[in-house]
Amino acid sequence: MSEALSAATSILFHGVAFAMVLYLISVGLSVTMGLMGFVNLAHGVFAMLGGYVLTTLMSRCGVPFGGAVAAAAIAAAMASVPIERLLYRRFYGGEELDQVLLTMGLVFMSVAAATYFWGPLQQPMRPPAWLNRPIGLGSRSFPGYRSFLILCGAGLVTLLWLGLERTRFGMRIRAAVDNLRMAQSVGINTSRLFTLAFALGSGLAGLGGALGADLLAVNPTYALENLVYFLIVVAVGGLGSIRGPFVAALLIGIADTGFKYLLPELGAFFIYALTMAILLWRPRGLFGRA
Amino acid sequence: MSAALLETRGLRKNFGALTVADDIDFRLERGARQALIGPNGAGKTSFVHLVTGALVPSGGRILLDGADVTGMPQAARVKRGIARTFQITALFRRLTTLENVTLALAERDGVAGDFLRPAGRHRRLIDEGFALLASLGLAEDALRPVGTLAYGRQRLVEIAIALGLSPKVLLLDEPAAGVPSAETGLIVGVIERLPPDIAVLIIEHDMDLVFRLARRITVLMQGRILTEGAPEAIAEDPRVRQVYLGERAAR
Amino acid sequence: MATARLVRTGVRPAETPAEAFARRHRYRPLEALPWAAALAAFALFPDYLPLGAQILATILFALSADLVLGYAGIVTLGHAAFFGTGAYTAGILAAHGWGEPLTGLLAAALAAALIGFVSGLVVLRTSGLTLLMQTLVVASLLYEAANKASFITGGDDGLQGMHVWPIFGAFAFDLFGRTAYLYCLAVLFLCWWLARRIVHSPFGRSLTGIRENVLRMHAIGAPVMQRRLVIYTISAAFAGIAGALVAQTTQLVGLSTLSLDRSGTVLIMLILGGVGRLYGAFIGVPLYMIAQDRFSQVDPVYWYFWIGLLMVLVVMFARGGVLGLVERLRR
Repeated sequence: MSEALSAATSILFHGVAFAMVLYLISVGLSVTMGLMGFVNLAHGVFAMLGGYVLTTLMSRCGVPFGGAVAAAAIAAAMASVPIERLLYRRFYGGEELDQVLLTMGLVFMSVAAATYFWGPLQQPMRPPAWLNRPIGLGSRSFPGYRSFLILCGAGLVTLLWLGLERTRFGMRIRAAVDNLRMAQSVGINTSRLFTLAFALGSGLAGLGGALGADLLAVNPTYALENLVYFLIVVAVGGLGSIRGPFVAALLIGIADTGFKYLLPELGAFFIYALTMAILLWRPRGLFGRA
Repeated sequence: MSAALLETRGLRKNFGALTVADDIDFRLERGARQALIGPNGAGKTSFVHLVTGALVPSGGRILLDGADVTGMPQAARVKRGIARTFQITALFRRLTTLENVTLALAERDGVAGDFLRPAGRHRRLIDEGFALLASLGLAEDALRPVGTLAYGRQRLVEIAIALGLSPKVLLLDEPAAGVPSAETGLIVGVIERLPPDIAVLIIEHDMDLVFRLARRITVLMQGRILTEGAPEAIAEDPRVRQVYLGERAAR
Repeated sequence: MATARLVRTGVRPAETPAEAFARRHRYRPLEALPWAAALAAFALFPDYLPLGAQILATILFALSADLVLGYAGIVTLGHAAFFGTGAYTAGILAAHGWGEPLTGLLAAALAAALIGFVSGLVVLRTSGLTLLMQTLVVASLLYEAANKASFITGGDDGLQGMHVWPIFGAFAFDLFGRTAYLYCLAVLFLCWWLARRIVHSPFGRSLTGIRENVLRMHAIGAPVMQRRLVIYTISAAFAGIAGALVAQTTQLVGLSTLSLDRSGTVLIMLILGGVGRLYGAFIGVPLYMIAQDRFSQVDPVYWYFWIGLLMVLVVMFARGGVLGLVERLRR
């Protein structure tokens, strides 16, 4: 009995940690897709960039963890600006196929670029020792780094929620997601809003990619491999929401860990079946607008 | 009293606390030329959506030529003789004008599901489509992509498509909206020449058009019918004048 | 002035617009070009026939995707689901004692059509991102299923032991790929002929209406869901036949037939040629596959980069692909 409980706790714990990484990366995608109506299949590229920046800075330049993580997020955010202004902008409100192909093309280019600069192998990431000390809770001990990830995720969703509800920037985003034309007509500079929101979302993705570098392997095909999971979290959670992806990520993260542990013969099959069922029941996602 | 072609009884629609249709009892007679007016947000377009089946009512009944169509989906109601135009032009932009019309004709005749015979073989339909365009003065634009036409002429194509369905009831949602005043004459002319047995309901803001085209006016306010009657009576009605005070003053 | 406009849209002198409109489906001499080219290639490039057969089969796959994407406007990232279903159906039959190729094709078409119909019921209720997701999920589901059911499919290692019988008992698949090439050409011709009829039919025209303005289609009384389901199923059948052709001519079926990569590359090939113009597949597929054959050997990294860059450039500057450029030049 206690073995089952132990297994369940372990699944829950690792599942939630995985979910937090998924959330960090996907929340930006959800907001920008809901805001700009732009299907961005290349979102994973920014997460990948964050992962590469972190691992390169830490292993080759000896930069401490904290600084490397910050650098990863900032690098991803800054890289997103020219892409949004020069490329994506032209296709807002345009044909979906164009957006799919454009961003797929960028993903392919990212695979080649990553292979060119870093080679085809996975970049290993070792969480810093001071974070990875096991944390004792009652009779069990939990890996420290995973606990840190959970705290990060929880902290972030709170910050984001506060930011969205309490700041002017957040208010503008909510207005624009709700009704773009109205927002424009009351004088909100939607063009600048898009760039900022996109940078924020990409920066968060970079952060997620960096923090989660030992969960989601940092290699050139990162953006392709993990694309389906990021999209699932966004579609199931609902576009333009920050709560939606959180719940969806928890669902997917825990389910994925659970199934891989309990029924490895079936692999990701149940995740896909679950996604399909949820989207059938709620086509706009759990928290999407009707 | 002739049987109404279109009738609503106690029609209601709520979006949570927002009521867009509040117990509407409406009749449209055969051969009617009726206008539905009201301030922005009165629920005029919602009324059209409800009647055509694009919106599901919260209560009440809709009757088309005596038959209860309240539960019927949009496509079924079209088959029973109701056609509409859209306030914001909804055309097949990259297809030619003739194609736009023949698509409607093919649906009307039930041949649109045929996937083995070439569409070109249905000469009757093509000729009818072309004749329809010609009757609206659009013959020379027949083979141009409809998106390249002047906006006023696009609004005419909207009407052509609706007419192509051989409707009994025609709902025109702001047919002259967005059309430069130089081109509204075309549209007015077309509406004036509509077949007399079709029941026509026009939603319009332009009072000049309304008074020129309508023999009867229904005034909608906040989802309820405020009043109905002949144009002269409506023009004199103090409640209506209050609602339209701004427009009156400008005239 | 009016005549000038008419002349540009292809009306012959002394012909009414209605007549011009009615003869759009007639065969034009230029349409014989792909078949002439294919036969010429058979004679001129005897060493490349195996690649040629793959190109022909892939043209069929891209054609099936064009029906759904270019004509009905359904953006799918999971078309490989049907290709792979067809491939595995034909493969499993051939590996378990029934190697007759034509019935194998038929079985593949039916299996793929079934998957298309059932998944279409789910997928086609939605639109936008949700639809895209659902198509991706269906393909991923099948991929995982094939991966895990390795006792039937061979899993990661692929299906082995296929033995395909000679066509009509007489034409065996030879090492040089001659039979395979002509086999694929014949099947492609038949399917193309069918697809062309569908596209020019009233049904096919109504699909372009659904693509251009769904709202309008509802308002003229069209049963939109039904139409989309029909074309989705037909397209799935064609994709299944394409997959079966590949399986039968290479006597190998792997998981890649169901992969995101396969779904993605068919989109790329179509876009290169031009979407929604029926012949985009005939141009985009050979271009892509021949280039891939030449260059990806040299350096696969660079291949990925240039294809990615090409996609970005095509979307930004040459939306209609090669056929679109040709159209623009003609004006």
